[in-house]
Amino acid sequence: MPFLDTLWLVPLFPACGAFLIGMLGRRFSRRGVTTLCVGMPLAAFLWALGAVRELQHLPGRQFEQVLFAWLPSLTAASHSMGADVGLLLDPLSAVLVLLVTGVGLLIHLYSVGYMAREGGYYRFFGCLNLFLFFMLTLVLANNLLLLFVGWEGVGMCSYLLIGFWFKKHTARTAAMKAFLLNRVGDAGFLLGVLLLLRVFGTVRFTAMTQALTRHAAPVGLITAATLLLFWGVTGKSAQFPLFVWLPDAMEGPTPVSALIHAATMVTAGIYLLCRTHLLFQAAPHTMAVVAAVGAGTSLFAAAVALVQTDIKRVLAFSTISQLGTMFLACGVGAFAAGLFHVVTHAFFKAVLFLGAGSVIHALDGEQDLSRMGGLARFLPITTGCMGVATLAIAGIPPLAGFVSKDQILSAAWQASPWLWAVSWITAGLTALYMFRLYLLTFHGPARWATRHPAQQPHEAPGSMTVPLLILAGLSLVGGGLGWPASLGGANRLAGWLAPVLARTPEAAGSMGLMAVAVLLAMAAAGLAWVVYIRHPQLPRRWAARWPRFNYWLHEGGELDAAYTAVFARGLGKGGGARLARFDDAVVDRTVDLSGAVTRLAAQLAAWWDVWVVDGLWINGLAKLSVLIARPLLLLQSGRLQTYALLMVFGLGTFLLFYLLR
Amino acid sequence: MTIGTTQYVLVGALLAAIGCVGVLTRRNVLVILMSIELILNAVNINLVAFSRQWGQVHGQIFGLFIMADAAAEVAVGLALLIALFRNKATVHADEMDLLKW
Repeated sequence: MPFLDTLWLVPLFPACGAFLIGMLGRRFSRRGVTTLCVGMPLAAFLWALGAVRELQHLPGRQFEQVLFAWLPSLTAASHSMGADVGLLLDPLSAVLVLLVTGVGLLIHLYSVGYMAREGGYYRFFGCLNLFLFFMLTLVLANNLLLLFVGWEGVGMCSYLLIGFWFKKHTARTAAMKAFLLNRVGDAGFLLGVLLLLRVFGTVRFTAMTQALTRHAAPVGLITAATLLLFWGVTGKSAQFPLFVWLPDAMEGPTPVSALIHAATMVTAGIYLLCRTHLLFQAAPHTMAVVAAVGAGTSLFAAAVALVQTDIKRVLAFSTISQLGTMFLACGVGAFAAGLFHVVTHAFFKAVLFLGAGSVIHALDGEQDLSRMGGLARFLPITTGCMGVATLAIAGIPPLAGFVSKDQILSAAWQASPWLWAVSWITAGLTALYMFRLYLLTFHGPARWATRHPAQQPHEAPGSMTVPLLILAGLSLVGGGLGWPASLGGANRLAGWLAPVLARTPEAAGSMGLMAVAVLLAMAAAGLAWVVYIRHPQLPRRWAARWPRFNYWLHEGGELDAAYTAVFARGLGKGGGARLARFDDAVVDRTVDLSGAVTRLAAQLAAWWDVWVVDGLWINGLAKLSVLIARPLLLLQSGRLQTYALLMVFGLGTFLLFYLLR
Repeated sequence: MTIGTTQYVLVGALLAAIGCVGVLTRRNVLVILMSIELILNAVNINLVAFSRQWGQVHGQIFGLFIMADAAAEVAVGLALLIALFRNKATVHADEMDLLKW
């Protein structure tokens, strides 16, 4: 099994790329950097393909390999807690490994063209390769602690790449914001891991699965642990209330937005949920929370996306909304459907971001929708690909988005009609804002500044359009991976995932649900055309009608302002003043008090020294000696006869003593 | 009443007593020295008396020793006294109290 036995090469290839670039990148030529940094993901992808191929032949389709022990057990030497550097390749991680390396490769290729005229070329690719390494570590980890290493690593790479143009103030603050919010989530994640370690005594996935199937775990602790893990997930995968970093993360270069904030890093949360799905399914309360948060976030984000003017911010909120849908799927138990949506979303969202990048590239950095329009004849390939992706995300059959979203809707209906209703409305809003974006960008009147005929916006170079076309093709036919049985398919993806994630049965009447969803999507598309192309003054009038609501929605529910008021100002400045007062009143007084006590003690000691030690003992003893000695001195008269008399008295006493005995 | 050993010892005792009183009481150092001689002589009488009693000659020989010793002692004592006199110009014992505190 050549590929499986050297599975560690898959994350190692991009790691080598990052290391070499980091050490020697300055000395490479542009061509050298490109070859290295696109070659490595290519190698990783091919290796992963080989490994997955070999995985199919294994019984049970699970491959686990411990490379070396990392943390020894904290308690007994005999009982390991499973915190090793080890790899686990099973259908679940296989899907993600291929997705990460494949889409990653395409985006690396795209970046060659996009970043061609930018400074910091080698730094960009180094960070991108480093990101691939950490993401692959996350996906291939066989235990929670190694997964957390990858989790943190991708967060760090996200910081590096969002703040790539670090001389720009907004980029710097956006990078810090992303990292801080991730960190807040990670605190919960780590607590959850520790709690699970307490319950199971191990962090290894296979061991936890075995323990769960053998005997039931304490529900309370599992609920707490899974809620904490989900807190970490809300940070990483941008759900309420920790999603505010994702719209600002669009400060980074567009390929970064495509790879990290659409296709891979943000989907790490869903991967975690699928990986630990047995734990989550053992805690029904957490599942309810996951579903509710997912549904709520998806609806809210979709509404917010509808009023955004920056093309990338629309896509950012769209990502948040789609991630919410994926979490809804996980929350109702349809983990396989959620994962399928991860895959299809990666395809069409990458197209959308890369296409937006192409548009921005063509318009020399313009990102405002109100200054685009009518680009269809200048950028035909981009228009076509974006059109396909828009159809896909709107859920128009037979494209990829329709298949995956419909499975989720079906699962939601089975869980609760209310959840289905929320999801259905979200799907409608999705179609609406996506067609708005598409129409405002490529059709209608040209609102961009007219330029010299020789400098008209032109299509992107091949390195950018080829990945776009490939991904658009995948958005077109990707649905075939999981074509539902009700429409005559075999749902191969669910079958492939079956050893890990159980199949969810299709709802009765799923055809009806499908029809209703498709009708809504098409109606929304039509509405978008009517409102934004035919009567463009209508949105402006509506915005003027309800300015307060419009502003609130545009600002993402003003969650940013709330966080600033509470944490930055409240705890920061207000808290600072309070701490200063505390410092004066309490701390300083305590210090002074201790000083006074020390002084008092010193004075007591001095008094003792003078009066007792010196006075009583030293001088006193001396005086006592003198007192005794003075009378005795009188005996020493110096007169011989006195001494002689005393001797006679002594002699007489002796004689008397002996005589009277 | 026969004059036996007892009487001689009594005489010796009397002489010794007189000598002791003289040592303790008299002011003049020469007289004190004379009193010490008296005590020595008293001891001599005792010795001779007992020599007679036991019929041995040891007591008398020892007596001769004591006489020689007394002579030496007087020589030394008088030398000390002369030295003292040269320092203090007095022969009174109660005025020689240089060794008091």
